[in-house]
Amino acid sequence: MQLFAECYRQLDETTKTNRKIAALRGYFAAAAPADAAWAIYFLTGRRLNRLVLMRNLRAWSAEMAELPEWLFDECYDAVGDLAETIALLLPPPEAQSHMPLHEWMQTVLQPLPRLTEPEQREALRAAWSRLTAAERFVFNKLVTGSFRVGVSQALVVRALAEVSGLPAAVIAHRLMGNWKPTAEFFQALLAPDTGAADRSRPYPFCLAHPLQQEPAALGPIETWSAEWKWDGIRAQLVRRGSETYLWSRGEELILERFPELKPAAERLPDGTVLDGEILAWRDGVLPFGELQKRIGRKNVGKKLLADVPVRLVVFDLLEWEGRDIRHEPFHSRRERLDALLPANVESRLVASPVITAASWEELAELRAGSRARQVEGLMLKRRDSAYEVGRVTGSWWKWKIEPYSCDAVLVYAQRGSGRRASLYTDYTFAAWQDGELVPFAKAYSGLSDAEIREVDRFVRQNTLEKFGPVRSVKPELVFELAFEGIQASSRHKSGLAVRFPRIARWRRDKRPADADTLETIRGLLKPDESQ
Amino acid sequence: MADLLVRDTPDGLYCEAGDFYIDPWRPVKRAVITHAHGDHARFGNEQYLTATDGGHVLRARLGPQTNIATLPYGETTTINGVRLSLHPAGHVLGSAQVRLEHQGEVWVISGDYKVAPDKTCQPLEIVRCHTFITESTFGLPIYRWPSHEALQQSINAWWQGNRDEGRASLVFGYAFGKAQRVIAGLDPSIGPIFCHGAVEKLNAAYRATGVDLPPTTYAGRGEGAASWAGALIVAPPSAAGTPWQRKFGDAATAFVSGWMLVRGARRRRVVDRGFVLSDHADWPGLCSTIAATGAQRVYVTHGQVGTMVRWLNEQGVDGIPLRTEFEGELDGRDEAVETAVEDSSPPKGDDLQAIP
Repeated sequence: MQLFAECYRQLDETTKTNRKIAALRGYFAAAAPADAAWAIYFLTGRRLNRLVLMRNLRAWSAEMAELPEWLFDECYDAVGDLAETIALLLPPPEAQSHMPLHEWMQTVLQPLPRLTEPEQREALRAAWSRLTAAERFVFNKLVTGSFRVGVSQALVVRALAEVSGLPAAVIAHRLMGNWKPTAEFFQALLAPDTGAADRSRPYPFCLAHPLQQEPAALGPIETWSAEWKWDGIRAQLVRRGSETYLWSRGEELILERFPELKPAAERLPDGTVLDGEILAWRDGVLPFGELQKRIGRKNVGKKLLADVPVRLVVFDLLEWEGRDIRHEPFHSRRERLDALLPANVESRLVASPVITAASWEELAELRAGSRARQVEGLMLKRRDSAYEVGRVTGSWWKWKIEPYSCDAVLVYAQRGSGRRASLYTDYTFAAWQDGELVPFAKAYSGLSDAEIREVDRFVRQNTLEKFGPVRSVKPELVFELAFEGIQASSRHKSGLAVRFPRIARWRRDKRPADADTLETIRGLLKPDESQ
Repeated sequence: MADLLVRDTPDGLYCEAGDFYIDPWRPVKRAVITHAHGDHARFGNEQYLTATDGGHVLRARLGPQTNIATLPYGETTTINGVRLSLHPAGHVLGSAQVRLEHQGEVWVISGDYKVAPDKTCQPLEIVRCHTFITESTFGLPIYRWPSHEALQQSINAWWQGNRDEGRASLVFGYAFGKAQRVIAGLDPSIGPIFCHGAVEKLNAAYRATGVDLPPTTYAGRGEGAASWAGALIVAPPSAAGTPWQRKFGDAATAFVSGWMLVRGARRRRVVDRGFVLSDHADWPGLCSTIAATGAQRVYVTHGQVGTMVRWLNEQGVDGIPLRTEFEGELDGRDEAVETAVEDSSPPKGDDLQAIP
């Protein structure tokens, strides 16, 4: 898989977008279609499910590198990435294989899960002995399924658009949904636009940037439409050819998990595509923690259906009577939506209410009441905007409420991975309870590079104890944490689980004694929010 | 029980019988210096002793008024009954291992060392001993260096590619040692070579010691980005991202260090290329050197101390950790060792300012 490994190396080597696109373009132009299809499969974040047990991978590669496991683990700790650790430790290959990528996939990787463990060991050893270090790294990434190389979907789409001469939006659309990485797929991907599409295929989701300016700067409020920003699961409902497909943002089909949506979906006319949010609902939206009980459940029992009922709140209509209407202005799509899902009808599919306000101030006041309504804030959509592909500035904005915040003490640190391997960047934070510091949140983002280095130095110089890769440190540093939500949790020692915690600021002005207590943090939860 | 010939004290490694220190980290009366890097050669000692090859660079670092005595490699001197000799360590110009012999016991303090030969300093000499004190900067099996020739070729190829695109090539590496090694391997037919002030000062010291380097010029003001196109500029890591860098426009950037072997370290540097070149021994180098000394007792200092100690003990050698304040090649967490020398004026001949 030389070409693919070389492409990967070029992508990894540069930080400049143009060079990445050039590398991708070069690859797509040179690679055989069957190989290119697999390359796109992985570059767009798709993966083969766990092919080999991680612990076997570690054991077999340590064995081949002739290292005791403790020493292998030290190396892994320093590198922060298993695929790379293995690639660095194995001896040089005996011979070089010239097998193309798609053959590696078909003859070596895909069969792996069906083999017995001794057969897997042999297959991996044989593969490793025929791959150069660079190819090995890529091969290991495919085996471990963690293929990330700093290339966003958008870049891959742009490169393909340049190679094919097609608009990026067409390419993006063709990459949605489930497809098999075959030569035919690749050829169809670059073929001229005929409008024919796989019936189940969703449209690329339109996403929003966070609003960073005063809303008044957006212009007259009349040119904008406001709705609640729902805290659920974004989904696209496709009804075509008497079939129903429910797609998540991660491009997974999830209708089986929400069977109660089926009857209403089946009453939709053929050729309808809706964009909305799945919410747990009983006389109003329930906290996300309730919906979480439904996520990941492939089989939904009667009790769960009764305890956590869901509905799809719809905020856009993308296809009507089999026609793609994304180019129509928002207000016109909205009119059609309101006609399709009238407000006064009790249904599992309801239109998201449009919020009317006479002024930005009035809207801001409504937004301030978000938490009580179990929403994350407001969405602002330009009335004349088309439904865009991905995150485009100007048409949709998310105007979220301020996150929760608290002051916490750094108590543990662990080495990061990838870019942060070998630096202590995974932090555990604690708050006070009965005179003791109790850990309640882990976070790793929010500090500048200079701050990260400073904290890393502090960790190394103030370690109390080491537990494997984790160090406990002198409780001296205080940070302000921001988080989206809190729930009571019996699974955590602190009794709390916080959602999306990140570091807002380093509070150098505060001493550990100034940090918050668990009680204060718990108090941020409104009484009706605790379950 | 005999006292240890060399032991760890709050001021540094101390040879009590000889009453001198090796690379002390607090000011003392007599200091034997393995090499002139800042974490080994500190200010404030009354008397310094170092290898003859290292005289110029040590004076460049510590200042012309410093009391520096030099000893050629292989020659022995006796201090209070302790026989002392210095042997090449292959780390940077003038780097030495300190061999001490007293009452039949031979100790060798390695200082920093590497096994691969290079044009800018004498290569490592294996010195047999009973006790070996070794560094362990890259003491993990993942660290295996590529061949120096291949690496130097890839630097030249990268430079040439950038030149063909009309861009400058900016290479970051330690001003002392790494920079000169890179420069010595450059192909001057590709284009002109410029250096940051800190690097150029040390280039002068190298040339004064007799090391052959291609012609280099101090990277002065220039006339804007265009005047640098096709040139290669060598600078210390501390110059990266500073206003000094802006004059080179859209230069291609690279960082030269053993840490570039690991992807995370590479990406953290935010440069276009990482070249894996180190002045320290890799894992095979450390293991083979330690074995070749024949030492039965091995003290391990700065780097992967825990790992190497355990490894050595599993190999049947008495491995012992030794706490020091050496920092080794710290992957950029070392701003104290590599300082930003603000580019105010070019160096003037012999008047080499001390680099703080």
